[in-house]
Amino acid sequence: MFAELNSILNTSPDSFKPGEFILVSDKHTDASFLIHHFLSFYLRAGCKVCFLGLVQSFSHYSAISQRLGVSLTQAREKGQLVFLEGLKESLGVLLQGETSKGTRTMDFLRDPSSGLRGLYDFVRDNVRGAVGGGEEWGTPVLLVDDLSVVLSLGVSVGAALDFSHYCRATVCSELQGSMVMLVRCEAEDEEEESDDEGSERLLRGLIHQCSLTLQVQGLPTGYCRDIHGQVEVCWRGQCDRQQTQKKLFQYKVHDKGASFFARGMSSAVL
Amino acid sequence: MAAPNMSVGKPTADRLPCNTTSFQKKSRSKLVSIPGTRPSIQNGQLIVSTGVTSLDYVIGGGLAVGTLLLIEEDRYDSYSRMLLKYFLAEGVVCGHELYVASALDHPNDILQELPAPILDDIASPKTVEDQAKSCDPESQDAMKIAWRYQHLPKVQTALASSSRFGHYYDVSKTMDPEICQAARCHGFYLPEHSTAVTSPTATGQSPMPETYSSLLNNLQEVVHREGFDGSVPQTKSRNILRIGLHSLGSALWGDDLCCRENPSHGHALTTFLYGLRAMLRSSLSVAVVTVPSHLIQNRALMGNVTRLCDTAIALESFRGSERETNPLYKDYHGLLDVRQLPYLNCLVCDLPDNKDLAFKLKRKQFTIERLHLPPDLSETVSRVSRGELTGTAMVGSSGCGSGSTGNRHLDF
Repeated sequence: MFAELNSILNTSPDSFKPGEFILVSDKHTDASFLIHHFLSFYLRAGCKVCFLGLVQSFSHYSAISQRLGVSLTQAREKGQLVFLEGLKESLGVLLQGETSKGTRTMDFLRDPSSGLRGLYDFVRDNVRGAVGGGEEWGTPVLLVDDLSVVLSLGVSVGAALDFSHYCRATVCSELQGSMVMLVRCEAEDEEEESDDEGSERLLRGLIHQCSLTLQVQGLPTGYCRDIHGQVEVCWRGQCDRQQTQKKLFQYKVHDKGASFFARGMSSAVL
Repeated sequence: MAAPNMSVGKPTADRLPCNTTSFQKKSRSKLVSIPGTRPSIQNGQLIVSTGVTSLDYVIGGGLAVGTLLLIEEDRYDSYSRMLLKYFLAEGVVCGHELYVASALDHPNDILQELPAPILDDIASPKTVEDQAKSCDPESQDAMKIAWRYQHLPKVQTALASSSRFGHYYDVSKTMDPEICQAARCHGFYLPEHSTAVTSPTATGQSPMPETYSSLLNNLQEVVHREGFDGSVPQTKSRNILRIGLHSLGSALWGDDLCCRENPSHGHALTTFLYGLRAMLRSSLSVAVVTVPSHLIQNRALMGNVTRLCDTAIALESFRGSERETNPLYKDYHGLLDVRQLPYLNCLVCDLPDNKDLAFKLKRKQFTIERLHLPPDLSETVSRVSRGELTGTAMVGSSGCGSGSTGNRHLDF
């Protein structure tokens, strides 16, 4: 949990808006540090977290969360965290000779045209929480890291958008929980993109659905060792409740967190 | 600080060393020590050497066990092949097991071409000492004019870390067959493994063509049989499997990624890399993959491929291009671009402070240096070479004595 980001977003583990769909996107850089922030944030807030870790192993997140002060293994044992290790499940699906062992979660690897139905079923089953058990956890939260990898595996943009729409309907609207998704893009600035660039279309579709975006990019002036990039925070105005607000910050990632500052206010420059 | 890490640092029987943190009690006998590896300085990851010490430095100390290094090939696949051979030679010298897959040459041919290691220790530290010696006589004459710069450190162009990790190889000789045979090697030669008929699966088109899925199956079989994924109990000592996959994505693997702008199996290579990543993360292995990226026309696909790998570097050799004769680049054989560095078990990665790197293959060393341009000391303003300089953002002439024609300096 990054304290400066909490003050920028005006949230804290004790009070945050329900029903938020937060989209984290990056271009030519790695915004996964924000996913670690949200993971530790929601675990500290006592929410029930369903995490779809499609690109890294559980121990990676566990080691980083340890430095941020949250223990993922304990949360998993207590039932607060449900973690889908995409890599581990995928190996069985991709290798021939392995019949489906009943879990259809990663079936999109075997047949990309079938879409992400299995993944959505997993989310729906795990987000509702233990019925009749110790229901001491707060609102459910879904974290996805990252959604654009399914495009690399052959799933169409429409299927990915359907998945996010269904998840939003279940998690945000029905259960008043929150959702955080990471989408990684490859920007082609020079030429017109053909329809092959699926991640841009996915990003545009998700921006339309979400309520808060955090777009991470490298510095437009080039590579710098002390400032790792810039974050554009955009609150999308919905239903005439609020105007669309945009703010731009620069950031630097440390070993135990990240610091955010206004443009030109980096400690390396001052 | 030790207390919260104790629970994480306890290695169980099926826990792999790549998950350990840096805080390990020395008294624990279960601390894994595999020859040829060492824990990284930054985050305690177990790392191996790529065989090229300057490449180790550039990618942050070495290649972490359980990760994948992507090498984007240069135009004639000369230097990327050389890096692959260094990687395999390092495995032979350290006693690791090797797995080589290729569609073009038989793996045995590749293994016979490995460079010979320089086993005496005298040859290697000299290069660093020579540089230090050459700097000393200069510092004795105190700079009288540029005295402001006296206290600044001298710029070291050759990149090398202080501690020795990795070996040096003599490229002009090949490795002794006895040393080579001492190492266990598994090979995958595609023409031997291709099935006669590729039958489509009943549910529709599978995302991976036969070639990649047979490679993945073979790899998983080797990993499981030799016990790299922890399936074999700890009767024998642990070892690392070094996987070298040559020229994936090329047409020889049955993939039309390099042939067309809209390939029919656009997700074949990325699906394979996803499976490979899953396998690497759950076993004691490290992989180097070379991809002929200069043939891939769709840059977005290359971006997807890069993101599925952990470390990615790109080589661009000057051979055959106009830069070969450019006096600027006369000391180097090509440019090296670090495209991506991994974030493993920590929020930060070791970012390099300079991204303009050039490499040179010498007989006893593959050096990677910071590309620096000599100062423009010519009195005449020659603007001829401006058009020849592509990519590097510099203004200046190609050299005083280059004898370039067409000087358009104004004479009054």
